[in-house]
Amino acid sequence: MIFSIILGFLLLIIGIYGMLTQKNLIKIVIGFSIVDTGTHIIIVSIGYLRNRTAPILDGAVDLANATKQVVDPIPSALVLTAIVIGLAVTALMLSFVIKLYQKNKSLSIDDYQELKW
Amino acid sequence: MISIIIMVLGIIMIIAAFLAIHLKNLLSAIISAGVISLLASVIYLLLAAPDVAMTEAAIGSGLTTIIFIFTLKKIRKGDLDD
Amino acid sequence: MIKRMFIWLALLGLILMFLPFLRDFDFHKELGDLSSQYIQGSIDDIKTQNVVTSVVVTYRGLDTLGEVTVLFLATAGVGFLLRKKNKILKSRVSSELLQTGSQFLFVLIILTGIYIFTHGHLTPGGGFQGGVLITTAFLLLILADVNLKFNHSILLVVESFSGAFYVLIGLLGILLIGINSFLDPTIMPLGSFGKLISAGAIPVIYSLVGLKVGSELTTILDKMGGE
Repeated sequence: MIFSIILGFLLLIIGIYGMLTQKNLIKIVIGFSIVDTGTHIIIVSIGYLRNRTAPILDGAVDLANATKQVVDPIPSALVLTAIVIGLAVTALMLSFVIKLYQKNKSLSIDDYQELKW
Repeated sequence: MISIIIMVLGIIMIIAAFLAIHLKNLLSAIISAGVISLLASVIYLLLAAPDVAMTEAAIGSGLTTIIFIFTLKKIRKGDLDD
Repeated sequence: MIKRMFIWLALLGLILMFLPFLRDFDFHKELGDLSSQYIQGSIDDIKTQNVVTSVVVTYRGLDTLGEVTVLFLATAGVGFLLRKKNKILKSRVSSELLQTGSQFLFVLIILTGIYIFTHGHLTPGGGFQGGVLITTAFLLLILADVNLKFNHSILLVVESFSGAFYVLIGLLGILLIGINSFLDPTIMPLGSFGKLISAGAIPVIYSLVGLKVGSELTTILDKMGGE
């Protein structure tokens, strides 16, 4: 299933392209959210092994040789934390967008040139 | 079988990603970003990770879309242009 | 024009950096050593059915503590930036159907959220998913009645106490067992495999994490959306 890794990389590239070329502030934050989703798909698909089942040890898995029947549980645990942190960072970025708009009344990044030399 | 489903979902996700970046209407772009998260949740379920699928469906296509729409509401309260 | 060309060159460089990873990649045939050790420890030592829960709460407990800290910082940042309330525009009163329906659904969604984070060690789910469901219930109330004001002191008390108790339970592990067991779930009795009251202190820890995440996300939504 090499397709999911290629899909993750394509989403990463499209997200970075969107962050670099768009001028609207909200489109830049949407691009950041797409980069997050692509990275998480890559991490989860590294932990996949063929023909195995989810890491929940209920009746479908016999406990004697459980390590030969389940998928790797560690990438799932890492991505679980990363999704919640991605949401918190997106909320902080959007509140910055609201404060910038209240100061200059414009959503285009060309009007915020005060820090350039 | 699983490869075919992932390929079809992947093509729809990439089309939605291009639409989310290039559409002029901000509300349509936000909803396209929500569609990407929803299809990513289905892919997580096919890759045998049910906890991650549940979290991504609730957070990605629920709360992220809602906070974008709340931001648009606060911005458009001032004037009527985007 | 020059800027466009540089952007395309940078993206091309990024693709060329990713290509060697894709060329000779194939999925693993066997689990690694660390994952086998975690799965065996989850069967023998902790007796938890959901292996991802035991990894998040016990074996990688410090990462969860760090994530709770980052969430707290983000909430503090949003609360600091969006401080002043603007003047309230004239808003309509919502219809009878919406008000009654939202009050009925609110109780059902909170019950589902509490079920998911107390059964985190038996079924897929856990603290984060249950906390997000609780936030969705409060979001339904915000959307149905625009003039709703939350009691901010209750949210503050729930969030601070659940965070403080989470660290206290972690420190109890050091006091009761030894210097190497921060966040050890064997301080409470391990029941049998597969019952609700089992797996030591994992349901307690995960419930506290779920309450903390739910109250923090509700604070973020209230600051950004409420009038």
